Amino acid sequence: MLEIKGLEVKLEEEDKQILKGVDLSVPAGAVHAVMGPNGSGKSTLSYVLSGKDGYEVIGGSATLEGEDLLDLEPEERAALGLFLAFQYPVEIPGVGNMTFLRTAANAQRKARGQEELSAAEFLKIIREKAKSLKIDAEMLKRPVNMGFSGGEKKRNEILQMAMLEPKMCVLDETDSGLDVDAMKLVADGVNALRSEGRSFLVITHYQRLLDHIRPDVVHIMADGKIVKSGGPELALEVENNGYKDILAEVA
Amino acid sequence: MALAKQKQELTETRLADVRLPEGNGWINAARADALARVRQMGLPTRRDEYWKYTDPTTLTAIAAPKAALFENDEGPLFADVDRVKIVFVDGVFDAEASDDLEAAGMTIERLADAAATDIHWVKDIYGVLETRGQDPVHRPLATLNTALAQDGVAIRVTGKAEKPINLIYLHRDETSDAALHNVIKVEAGAEMTLLETGPAASRFSQVLEVEVGEGGTFHHVRAQGRDHERRAVTHCFARIAAEATFKSFTLTFNGVLTRNECILEIIGDEATAHVAGACVGDGGDFHHDDTVFITHDALNCESRQVFKKVLRNGATGVFQGKILVKEGAQKTDGYQISQSLLLDDDSQFLAKPELEIYADDVACSHGSTSGAIDEDALFYLRSRGVPERVARNMLTLSFLAEALAEIEDEALADELRDRLETWLSRRS
Repeated sequence: MLEIKGLEVKLEEEDKQILKGVDLSVPAGAVHAVMGPNGSGKSTLSYVLSGKDGYEVIGGSATLEGEDLLDLEPEERAALGLFLAFQYPVEIPGVGNMTFLRTAANAQRKARGQEELSAAEFLKIIREKAKSLKIDAEMLKRPVNMGFSGGEKKRNEILQMAMLEPKMCVLDETDSGLDVDAMKLVADGVNALRSEGRSFLVITHYQRLLDHIRPDVVHIMADGKIVKSGGPELALEVENNGYKDILAEVA
Repeated sequence: MALAKQKQELTETRLADVRLPEGNGWINAARADALARVRQMGLPTRRDEYWKYTDPTTLTAIAAPKAALFENDEGPLFADVDRVKIVFVDGVFDAEASDDLEAAGMTIERLADAAATDIHWVKDIYGVLETRGQDPVHRPLATLNTALAQDGVAIRVTGKAEKPINLIYLHRDETSDAALHNVIKVEAGAEMTLLETGPAASRFSQVLEVEVGEGGTFHHVRAQGRDHERRAVTHCFARIAAEATFKSFTLTFNGVLTRNECILEIIGDEATAHVAGACVGDGGDFHHDDTVFITHDALNCESRQVFKKVLRNGATGVFQGKILVKEGAQKTDGYQISQSLLLDDDSQFLAKPELEIYADDVACSHGSTSGAIDEDALFYLRSRGVPERVARNMLTLSFLAEALAEIEDEALADELRDRLETWLSRRS
């Protein structure tokens, strides 16, 4: 599904290389986790994949089902089926959550040559999905993420994911700022979306999210590279011993 | 004090060939008085502090600069609203195109008719609120309008108006110079909505004087016309009594020069006054100026000013807004926000927010900002599949939302929002 090969990225404004040759392959239907200490380049990886400005790719490639992602605009990547759940979802005053979601869903459908959803069809689908994430109608009416609690913002991210039905979901520290109950709710939302045709890349600091979203493979990232990959037990090792031992071992 | 020579020359040149419109009633005295006041004040020049950011030269010139007529395929605004249409073409009343001047809950007359009588309620407002509004800052262009306006409407609202009045200002002559003066009296407990639409003329001078009686409600929604080269100077003077509500919103597209002044005087306790504006300007010859002066002279009143401007390709926006809280006007709640969204480095926004407070138990706040499109929000929308062009327009509309939210009637707000969307999408 997602193939990243030798990806090297620097900041556009500064002469600072952040990713120094990332290799990562996520097959269809798989859940991979990327863990790593602060500053290892995890969030940069998610931004570069989704096409945020400010980064310059200086080497390597990233493809989604064989399509080169790196030359595409963010909206084109989204239409191909890539979704980034933000660590800090952006508040947008004056744009209703519902309007936003419908515009996004229909823009993607249009880009893929599918029929746009009518207001009624959209409403029916969104209400159903919102219910399972315990998002009430009031939240849907409010401007995007405005006045939402940390947990509500993250649930709203998952709602968008559920609505847009991407193939490849990248979750950037979705657990940050969540209490245990909120994390469970979010994880349940993600788990409900797991399917054969859909892959996940779960970026996190902590193992606790991976108790709820069980990964097939765990990668450890440090200084802009994947330094170790393994099964879920790798996450437990991080939880128990921190990154120090692993980093020392691969150094 | 004698006027500066330059100002005096300018004023005398402008007034040299002026002849007051012929009336045969009370209005003659009001016009003569206004003309004398213009001579005394002198017409504005760029050297006046109040005109520091906006050049009044084309507004004080003898002839109106030419303004091409703007045509597009959009239908007239508010076509589906059940309303009383009163049409002026280049400032001249068009009886054929207008509805009968009657609606339940009010009396509507042309100013030209009201002026021809000896005794009329309009007399107590015409030029009177305008005169009150000359202190502490002179507004001679309003006074000139009082002297020269040939027509307008006089509306007296005695109950709950059954439908809105729509003044429709058509522009058909490329060199027209029009002056209209409207007077509205909302009696105690009465209620009305005034709609104003259209470019009016190549150069348009308009004064609106509104007296809102105790517990009365006045809603005003205005959409200034699209003609790119038109010029307009408008003044709204309102006196607001106890427990009354005054709400005014203006949407401005295009226009080479627009100066909208709003002078509100709150004289009764527990009254509410809101004035808001949204403008979208494209190009180096776009200049839009909102100048507001709100005086609080009563207890426990609320005023709000919400002005938003979207400026691109070298457009200029100006905001001068003042809240004056007089001694004893305790518990005043005054809010003022003026913001611009600059879509490029060439556009500019000049703001002069002011508070002057002589009471010690008030809550007044003001803020003014200039900014670009929020790049994080733009990326967020695009990452969800919204194309960049659409995302930019969504964010631009969202920037204007707080001003549009000041329109009480949702249907009217939706219609204006649609027009804005079209305007934006044509430019991206």
